[in-house]
Amino acid sequence: MMSYINAFWVGGLICAAAQVLIDKTKLTPGRILVAFVVIGVILGGLGIYDKLVDYAGAGATVPIVGFGNVLAKGAIKGVNEHGILGALMGGAEAAAGGISASIVFGFLIALIFNPKSK
Amino acid sequence: MKLTNQEYQEYLNKKSPDSTLLKDLLWAFVVGGLICVIGQAIFDIYKNAVGLSDDMARTAVSVTMVFIGAFLTGINVYGKLAKHAGGGTLVPITGFANAIVSPAMEFKKEGLVLGLASKMFVIAGPVLVYGITASVVVGVIYFIMSFFGGGGI
Amino acid sequence: MNKKCGRQTVRIDNVKIKTAAAIVGEKEGQGPLAQYFDIVLPNNEWNEKTWEKTESKMQREAIRLAVQKARLSLADMDRIFSGDLLNQCIGAGFGLRDLEIPFYGIYGACSTMIEGISLASMLIDGGFAQRAAAATSSHFCTAERQYRTPLEYGGQRTPNSQWTVTGAAAAVLETDAEPGDIAVTHLTAGKIVDMGIKDANNMGGAMAPAAYDTIKAHFSELNMKPSDYDMIITGDLGKVGSEILTELLAQDGIDISPNYKDCGCLIYDPEEQDVHAGASGCGCIGTVLCGYFLDKMRKGEIKKLLAVGTGALLSPTSSLQGESVPGIAHAVSLEVKTGGEKQ
Repeated sequence: MMSYINAFWVGGLICAAAQVLIDKTKLTPGRILVAFVVIGVILGGLGIYDKLVDYAGAGATVPIVGFGNVLAKGAIKGVNEHGILGALMGGAEAAAGGISASIVFGFLIALIFNPKSK
Repeated sequence: MKLTNQEYQEYLNKKSPDSTLLKDLLWAFVVGGLICVIGQAIFDIYKNAVGLSDDMARTAVSVTMVFIGAFLTGINVYGKLAKHAGGGTLVPITGFANAIVSPAMEFKKEGLVLGLASKMFVIAGPVLVYGITASVVVGVIYFIMSFFGGGGI
Repeated sequence: MNKKCGRQTVRIDNVKIKTAAAIVGEKEGQGPLAQYFDIVLPNNEWNEKTWEKTESKMQREAIRLAVQKARLSLADMDRIFSGDLLNQCIGAGFGLRDLEIPFYGIYGACSTMIEGISLASMLIDGGFAQRAAAATSSHFCTAERQYRTPLEYGGQRTPNSQWTVTGAAAAVLETDAEPGDIAVTHLTAGKIVDMGIKDANNMGGAMAPAAYDTIKAHFSELNMKPSDYDMIITGDLGKVGSEILTELLAQDGIDISPNYKDCGCLIYDPEEQDVHAGASGCGCIGTVLCGYFLDKMRKGEIKKLLAVGTGALLSPTSSLQGESVPGIAHAVSLEVKTGGEKQ
């Protein structure tokens, strides 16, 4: 049960931080996402973000910051296994599931459904 | 009108209504939190019921959440939820899926190749560009540092 | 006879708006002005495959309807001035393709309807045409995909943002204004005014200085005051922009507040329809003028009207490149012609 509570408030807080940026700055959603993923990469590279993942589980992995963490950890793992070439391979390899799923599901859903007028 | 551009900008800022920050924050917090709870529940299922390792289960969660986000966008629900939830639907990986599906759907009318496919990453593309580039930078720094004292940032 | 009243203002002697038509979308049909529109679309597709086709069709049908109401045929129209918000004005280009009316394409962003009425009036009054039409259109879905984000994208609209009207309007203008007709009396052409506002979501604020500039020129060149009109309307300044306009003019001693309305604040119900700062789009002043205000004039409830179309001359490219939003406003004064032995 505790894992759900932690996932809720940590995940919620990360989203609320984005909301502050939406309301209080002129940053567009696209820029906020880019900022969050890069923050995730930095925190992942420093090995800090995994501590949050241990504590909050999906509360840390489901936000896009967690995607950055996966990329950074993948790059480090890649370097360990393949040397400098692994820096290029590791990130994308670790995130491959999410990226490919986005492309394939995005393609299929867009084929089937249509936008609706508001 | 004797206002300079800067004076007018300040005047306009004063006249413009503020966002309803408190209400928006609450929405973002609750919806974002709930999406993560759903992610946690899916994680537990993959880990305990299916028996995947932590890493594999996390990837499976991402894939599932991407599907949910894409599907809810397809049936015209995600955008409506996002109107209230803002950051709560933007930041979770479901929002990444929404950013991919919504232009793909929107520009399908310009063709399956030059519309749907080429516009698919018009919003989400920068996340990959900067995310992957940053990860490569991290990898290179890690590689260089491994010569001085052997690994571990 | 010299018709020039000042640098920006001209007098029109003998032109009337014979008929007009307004077609609106679903949401506008749920708003407070619904009963004044000729056609409310059953849905925003209107049996077309793309939103652009729908918009073109709306423009075409609005023109057909206005011409029909005038008991004329399309072949009676000497000219048409039309434009819209779509890139390269394809709403007009495709919509008017089959009408076979000599066509001048125009672009004044959301002021296009007033620009069209101005040009048509001058053409007719100059003796170059007997009848001419002005038309415009906008569609929420075509505008969103061009200027903002895909329809299903989960973005939040800012409190300053305005909702693009799905609507098309057309007016048929003719020479020989008789008593009882709605005559075009003066035109004031606006200058482009840019106060450096860069927020493309705050178009009302960006356009208000242009409206101020044009209205001020109108009153000073004609030596008139706001109370000479029963009603002064602007296109789509919205809640923020219309307040600013009132205050800017008040600072110069021009008080429009007793008889001023903004079409962007009229077409939707601000409490029920969640449109933030109001409406925008070419169709905004187009449909509200052609549907609502001209009806009020025909019924004699408004005798003299100053209609100021407001436009934001930005593009998605200019916004991405960090440019500010230039504004434009054109004014047309309309009057129910009185006097003469016929009354």
